[in-house]
Amino acid sequence: MTPASRPPERRDGVRLLAVDTEREGFFDSGVDELPQLLSSGDVVVVNDAATLPASLFGVAAGQPVEVRIAGRSPTHWSVVLFGRGDWHSPTEDRPAPPVLSPGATIALGGGLTATVLGASTVSSRLLRVQFDLSGADLWAAIYTSGAPVQYSYQQRPLDLWSVQTVYGSQPWAVEMPSAGRPLAWSTLLALRRRGVILASLTHAAGLSATGDPALDSALPLPERYHVPRRTVDIINRARKRGGRIIAVGTSVVRALEGNVREHGHLVPGEHVTDLIIDASFQARVADGILTGMHNQDESHYKLLGAFSGRDTLTASWRHAVETGYLCHEFGDVSLLMPNISRPKHRRWISTSATDSKVRPMVASSRRSPRRDSKLLLQTSAA
Amino acid sequence: MKLKKLTTLITGGSRGLGRALGETLAHAGAKVVLVARHKQPLDEAVDSIRANGGEAHGIVADVGDKNAVYSIAGEAAALVGPIDLVIQNASTLGPTPLPLLLDTECEDLEQVLQVNLIGPFRLTKVLAGSMALRGRGTVINISSDAAVEAYPNWGAYSASKAALDHLTRIWAAELAETGVRFISVDPGEMNTVMHADAIPEADPATLAEPTKIAERIVDMVRRIDAAPSGARISAPSWQVRA
Repeated sequence: MTPASRPPERRDGVRLLAVDTEREGFFDSGVDELPQLLSSGDVVVVNDAATLPASLFGVAAGQPVEVRIAGRSPTHWSVVLFGRGDWHSPTEDRPAPPVLSPGATIALGGGLTATVLGASTVSSRLLRVQFDLSGADLWAAIYTSGAPVQYSYQQRPLDLWSVQTVYGSQPWAVEMPSAGRPLAWSTLLALRRRGVILASLTHAAGLSATGDPALDSALPLPERYHVPRRTVDIINRARKRGGRIIAVGTSVVRALEGNVREHGHLVPGEHVTDLIIDASFQARVADGILTGMHNQDESHYKLLGAFSGRDTLTASWRHAVETGYLCHEFGDVSLLMPNISRPKHRRWISTSATDSKVRPMVASSRRSPRRDSKLLLQTSAA
Repeated sequence: MKLKKLTTLITGGSRGLGRALGETLAHAGAKVVLVARHKQPLDEAVDSIRANGGEAHGIVADVGDKNAVYSIAGEAAALVGPIDLVIQNASTLGPTPLPLLLDTECEDLEQVLQVNLIGPFRLTKVLAGSMALRGRGTVINISSDAAVEAYPNWGAYSASKAALDHLTRIWAAELAETGVRFISVDPGEMNTVMHADAIPEADPATLAEPTKIAERIVDMVRRIDAAPSGARISAPSWQVRA
């Protein structure tokens, strides 16, 4: 599948592949048609994290480096160190950064300095650091000198507003919760008029790829999230009366399902999840997912096997590739859920004759990284 | 509206009405983020609030700068959490002495519109979506009687405030029933640097003190649920006009 190499002119001007996981089939649609695909009483849960300009440049051990913020805990920040270069180079082609020991410093833009507290056992590039600024001074330095994390399949530098949803608030995400990007307020208000209930949580969506095989195989790292009590109440009430829960993006799935697995039921508040979702996963909260399009060698795709039978998924994705759907954060999206309401003018393509829901997909225990390569673009476009 | 821990963003927060609003809201327990262009007076305003036991943070930014808007919103939310009240107080007169429209440079009109109209539009666009999703929030746009009256020499400023008033009404209409409230407030003539810039000959004794006006506005915020979204509230009567 070809990556979208730039933000679309209109955020809601992207295609939507509607995959009915119950009736076993699919049809082409558009994001602005989403309200017609859902029913009154359904709940749409979005990740309302704003996206931080999490790419910072500086100097460490006398060498130019890029620091990509990976996450934050009460005691430290997690960052991934990259060698010389920037997003124009595929992450896997970047030269290795210097190995930094505890106490080493990284001089960043905006007058910000990071001091290394320690390195992960997974990779010497995954560091725990402390910044020398705090409060408003720290955030000002990050926003002044930082840029959105981006990958080499993009055509030009991304503006901060290009990587935001229309409802983002706290800048917890270091990469955009991109499944929600195509949702314009005209669509969200139309969903409300339809009787669909909007709910939110905040999930610190992390890095997709680092170019370090060991680190990439450990992604996603544990990520923090916050579930408001209102969202827990909305979901519980909806489930009691048979409403369906549609997660917008894998970060929402990870937060909701991680929460339920840890506590037995949804518990509001701030938590951390290390849940890894694969095709054999049995979702307990989410009935469906609105997701970005991903290549079939990516674990984001394999995760979708938790929502759909293999043959339906395979056939719908083959259709997506053949008909030019675009993947990645500015690409098209797919809705996977049972019993989607199909507008009459949309042509139904059944997969039920060949689908076998009892056969699980080949499970991936880890999220395989996004291949950050211009070669990918060329291969997919060919 | 409860003011305790109310997450509040105030533009033009380093002096005049903006600073007074920050001090009054912080005194009532709100978590206040002040935005202003110049660091020194902004730091003084923040320090003053903190010295009195309030919570305040400062963001140095120009609301007329397109590139600053997501930084303002992101930094503010990082500091105090999702913003529930935004008071768009920053504004500019343009060049002074205030010129006739025929003598107003096109670029000066554009600059006034950037700060007084397009800046508030951009910031509302970034903040009100989160409010609508959460089902609560208030946007107060500081207006002027110049938005209604046709005073000679006030053309650029007046047009920007009149348009801001109308934007307020349209925001209210579009987001009706989302729980987000939009209000225009005409605070009347105050003893501020901006007023002195506009009318140097005015007798300060005849002008209201910003601290007094801030108390009136904060009192209105406490009772904001009684004001219909899209309303325009004017000094000195503080009557609501739909």
